Amino acid sequence: MTGEPASPTIDLTARAPRPAPAGAERGADETVVFDVCDVSVHYGTFRAVRNVSMTIRRQEITAFIGPSGCGKTTMLRAFNRMHDLTEGARVEGTIDYHGVDLYDPKVNPVEVRRRIGMVFQKPNPFPKSIYDNVAYGPRLGGLAKRSELDDVVERALVRAALWDEVKDRLKRSALGLSGGQQQRLCIARTVAVEPEVILMDEPCSALDPIATGRIEDLMEEMKRDFTILIVTHNMQQAARVSDRCAFFTTEVNERSDTRTGVLVEFDRTEQMFSNPSDERTENYVTGRFG
Amino acid sequence: MTATAAPARPAGPARSDDVRISTMSRRRRVRDRLASVLMVVAFGVAVVPLGFVIVNVAQQGLKVMSPGLLTRTIPPDTSSNDLSNDTIAKYGGTASTTETTAALGIGPAIVGTALTTLGASALAIPLGILGAIYLHEYGRRRRLARFVRFMTDVMVGVPSVVMGVFVYAIWVVPRGVGGRSALAASFALGCLMLPIVVRSTEEMLRLVPDTLREASAALGIRTWRTTVTVVLPAAAPGIVSGSMLAVARAAGETAPVLFTIGAAYRYNWGLSGGNTSLSLFIYNQASLTGATSLRLAWAAALTLITIVVVVTLIARTISTRATTLH
Repeated sequence: MTGEPASPTIDLTARAPRPAPAGAERGADETVVFDVCDVSVHYGTFRAVRNVSMTIRRQEITAFIGPSGCGKTTMLRAFNRMHDLTEGARVEGTIDYHGVDLYDPKVNPVEVRRRIGMVFQKPNPFPKSIYDNVAYGPRLGGLAKRSELDDVVERALVRAALWDEVKDRLKRSALGLSGGQQQRLCIARTVAVEPEVILMDEPCSALDPIATGRIEDLMEEMKRDFTILIVTHNMQQAARVSDRCAFFTTEVNERSDTRTGVLVEFDRTEQMFSNPSDERTENYVTGRFG
Repeated sequence: MTATAAPARPAGPARSDDVRISTMSRRRRVRDRLASVLMVVAFGVAVVPLGFVIVNVAQQGLKVMSPGLLTRTIPPDTSSNDLSNDTIAKYGGTASTTETTAALGIGPAIVGTALTTLGASALAIPLGILGAIYLHEYGRRRRLARFVRFMTDVMVGVPSVVMGVFVYAIWVVPRGVGGRSALAASFALGCLMLPIVVRSTEEMLRLVPDTLREASAALGIRTWRTTVTVVLPAAAPGIVSGSMLAVARAAGETAPVLFTIGAAYRYNWGLSGGNTSLSLFIYNQASLTGATSLRLAWAAALTLITIVVVVTLIARTISTRATTLH
């Protein structure tokens, strides 16, 4: 990669522990879950998103918004090291999670994903029963006692607002549920392993407005227990559910004619929608662009 | 199309509002018809030889087939015509208790086929599935994986007699005459099955959507456990049917068995010592050209085809039942 303004991410030492300044100060702040510093994600030689820095706070909903291809999903997947599963994907910079860089060589990505769960764009229940879908994580986590598993499954389904609809058919295949139910099942499955953070990648894009409404209500509920990061194409949704908003957009790399996502603005949601500080944000949230 | 006004229509041949009237040109209609006819003819040409083989084998085989034939030992000398055509015509197929036909049997060959195929499956199926898991879940496009995949493709194309010679050279020769056994034949058939199992299993793993792997990974489950608890169950029907087809293929092979199994006229239920198999038995009996030996060969051919058809049907049933479940 050549031709872009010199950025610290090119420097391989960027991943080494940074000299204290801002970090030490923030480290004391109990409400900070993630401290993202200068993160870029590459797929092979293609740079999908660059130089993102932001702070994610506990029990808040942070929404990533922006036009297609601006790197929202790419950025989201960096938070639980899903890029490890993609060939050729590479993350630079640091994402401190309670003061420890998720990409530190000593960190096991499996442990990261135990604490930082994910709900995907398309509902992806396992081809197993409803019960087994929810019990899957706790069971492989070592919970074997039937009565305890029953409790965990019921609690997770209640929290995902699905219990009443499925309590009589827990043994039936999850694939027989409607799209909205499947997505809530996926949320229940994630909740069942008690993560601290839940990443949601456009969780409502495959759902109708009623199912979307249910999931939005659910997120409001879940905020009390979890920190939520959500990618959405729907600005109204971001405005309705999120506390903070990150607006991404694309910039064209003139040399290679590829597009790279950049973080334009990161602020409280009201601020972002009422009085954005960047013109591009204003154009986007008012519907003039994207 | 919402336009109703005539000028809004696309340019082209005039067409009627009646949808029953084709807009296709005559030329295209003729070619369409011709192509359909050719396809049916091609299908017929492909099916005729197959049907002919099956009907012929069934006709010839049923003449001597009887429950007793399937269980009796192989007569040591079938090349002479001491069992005359008349005798067989008189007793063959039905009179299983008479002294004359009591001499005819293919039981040991059935046992030998079962033993060698099972042995080969025990070697090749677990190894093949593990290999495919490495290729698809771990190796992906790494250099080693690409090399293994390439070598597997080469192995699929290697003539089966090479597998026989290979096992003959490294297993049978060092042990002398006693080296020929069902075990040695299992090795050879296993070599033949392994690449088939690897490739078919990898194809099945490829059909499991990545979203399931991601869903499991996002719950903090490591790759191996994801593979065992999500990926393999989802791919199981395909893996089973692919393996069964490999079994059917191995059951019918002669060349790998030729130098490795030795010979037997009596039942040998063990993995060591000379044995025989249906395919080898057919080969031997057919080369003897005596009337009796030819009939035995037909009977063995019918038995072998039946076994292969049954195994294939089981494979089919498993895969279709599983696909309708999801």
